[in-house]
Amino acid sequence: MVDSTIVLWGQTLAYTFYVLAIMAVMAWFALRITQQGPTPRVRPWVFYGFVTLLVVLGISLHFITYYTIPWKPMDMHRAGITPDKVFDISVAKHQFQLPSEQIRVSCNDKVLFNVTSSDLTYGFGLFRPDHSMLFQMQVVPGHRNDILWQFDKPGVYTIRSTEYSGPAGVNMVVKDAVVVSCD
Amino acid sequence: MSFAETFMNGEQGAFKPATLTPMQKMILRFVVVGLVYYAFAVIEGMIMRLYEVAPIPVIPQLQFFAIMTAHPLVGIFGSTYSIVFGAFLFLVPFLMKKPLWSIPLANWTCGLLAVGTFTFWFAGFLTEYAPLYTLYWPLPADFTQFSLWGGTFFIVGIAIVMVGVVFFVLNIFKTITYTPAGWAPQPAGALLGSALGLSGIKAFFTKKKDDHLVSLPVAAIARGTVDTAFNAGIILFTGVLILVYMVAEIFGTSLKHSSVDALLYKNWFWWGLDLIADGLVLIFVAGTWYLLATLITGRKLFMENWARAALFVEMVVSWTVWSHHLMSDQAQPGMLKTVSGEMVTAFELITQGLAFFITLATLWSAKPLKMTMPLRFLLGGLLGFALAVPAGIMQADLGLNRILHNTQWIVGPHVHVAVLVGLTMTLYSAIYLLFPIVTNGAKLYSEKLAIFHFWTHLLGGIGMGAFMGMAGLQGMLRRSLYVNGEFNVYMILAALAGSLLLIGFLAFFYNIVMSLGLKGVIGVFTPSKLDTTDPVPAS
Repeated sequence: MVDSTIVLWGQTLAYTFYVLAIMAVMAWFALRITQQGPTPRVRPWVFYGFVTLLVVLGISLHFITYYTIPWKPMDMHRAGITPDKVFDISVAKHQFQLPSEQIRVSCNDKVLFNVTSSDLTYGFGLFRPDHSMLFQMQVVPGHRNDILWQFDKPGVYTIRSTEYSGPAGVNMVVKDAVVVSCD
Repeated sequence: MSFAETFMNGEQGAFKPATLTPMQKMILRFVVVGLVYYAFAVIEGMIMRLYEVAPIPVIPQLQFFAIMTAHPLVGIFGSTYSIVFGAFLFLVPFLMKKPLWSIPLANWTCGLLAVGTFTFWFAGFLTEYAPLYTLYWPLPADFTQFSLWGGTFFIVGIAIVMVGVVFFVLNIFKTITYTPAGWAPQPAGALLGSALGLSGIKAFFTKKKDDHLVSLPVAAIARGTVDTAFNAGIILFTGVLILVYMVAEIFGTSLKHSSVDALLYKNWFWWGLDLIADGLVLIFVAGTWYLLATLITGRKLFMENWARAALFVEMVVSWTVWSHHLMSDQAQPGMLKTVSGEMVTAFELITQGLAFFITLATLWSAKPLKMTMPLRFLLGGLLGFALAVPAGIMQADLGLNRILHNTQWIVGPHVHVAVLVGLTMTLYSAIYLLFPIVTNGAKLYSEKLAIFHFWTHLLGGIGMGAFMGMAGLQGMLRRSLYVNGEFNVYMILAALAGSLLLIGFLAFFYNIVMSLGLKGVIGVFTPSKLDTTDPVPAS
């Protein structure tokens, strides 16, 4: 299954390529408009072609990600999916209250994290040992905050609040809180 | 001239404050206020960049977050609003060839922006009020974490700024529609319709094609000002709501936080905030690009009717786009996430892409051009948005947002590149273009310093955004601290790039002071001796 590491690498490559290309175009443009020589008129079809390209790019991105990033359709349709496991987690006074000291998950299980806050807005994110993010969501008080996730690799994840809730929020880290095993 | 003489009297003594009209003094006051607060924002930014490398012992952690709370507000209201409002209060009457409705009201706007910004900045600094620009309920009213009195004065400062904003809005629309003394009656309704794009919509459905009563830059200013007005209303209402909790607490009654729905508050606040970030900024910037391109080239704008239509679409988009900030809120309705968050946001790629293309095509039509300071900075501004807008479109995707939300990616390649490279370089372009007009031909002290400013700003802005973005892709959160050096390689590089921005600004500031002279800068703040409402002296 495609995981967030692969998606992030894809995004890094695509955006880096775009940045280099647009910087080269602007440098070329800056050079050319100061040079003597014929000035070919910008024809309307170039303009309309550019508009069409923008429309296609703007819309197709979301369709491409829908069909290539597995957690996107799963998240959009999670109300109709029965999870294999549900973990209820509460947050109050800048502290996570987990159902057990460690949350143990089996590979390929669909796991629902249901997080509630009784005071402030927090975040709930899972991070790998190298600090990269697996996923996150907001935890808003007075509302249901649930995320469905399917783990397909073994690993140990740290829970961290991903939203500012005051300076104490910096310390809202539960190391090695989620363990995924593929036995 | 000696260094001391130039420092006191400006380059070649060419700047004479006594020759300035009240309008010229008004815009120069706005620019000085804006640049002073830009200095505040840059220094605050540098402090935060260094703090992200390693906490600075003399600055408590709460103060770091208080700086983070004030920093964007100082940058937006104290700096950007000041420069933009000053420029537009000058340009609307200049372009419409009619007097500003009220010069005293414009000066009040300048004073209120300056005083209000200082009030909330000082309240935040003194009391370490740090609820992250009042974004998430109930943080602004959490008096177990933050100072009650500090918060009260913070909100009062914001309210003072908003009163200044309301004065600006009033002045702009009255200037467009009013009839100056001694003039034939002006068609107020038709002028307003043209400015807002209503006559354009009507013409689209009829065969009758009338000329536009209002020029394109004025139409852009008017449409951006609509968003400015809505935003002021939202912030004022929110400020009153927070003040109710504060005043009750002062009188010994703690109101229940749960009386306000946190998700509704978030929607409400982001709707208002996006009227700035995805509304007036993009509209004002596009309008400024069009104005700069036509002034630099002396040519008609390429595809002008498309440009007008895109400005109207952008205004409507800005009212319906806020939900891309709530894609990680699981209680937010899925329809809002998909339609407002993904699809409507994609329109920003289209509208801003159109503005980008139209500006470049207009410049191209007049080649060869001399690489002047306004042109150089305009190209920098165009590049800034060409980098930042696609970064924003990527994070406004339900799949990608799951792993990008609240990371340094958001605030680096998107926010800071848009603001520092896109917006600020566009403003610098306007400043360099208007400089001889509003100073009656003052001489720039050093062309080399201006070029140094350009390169340090461009490389610093893009570099800082890029390194923050790389950290974000590796999982580094914004609005947080990593005290064990987890992302130090990126943070050190971002701090070095940030220092280029600071050095570039110091070079620019020095260049401007040496161009105008200390006496000239002080002279800007004395009343004009000329009894005229003209933007520039008649001679």
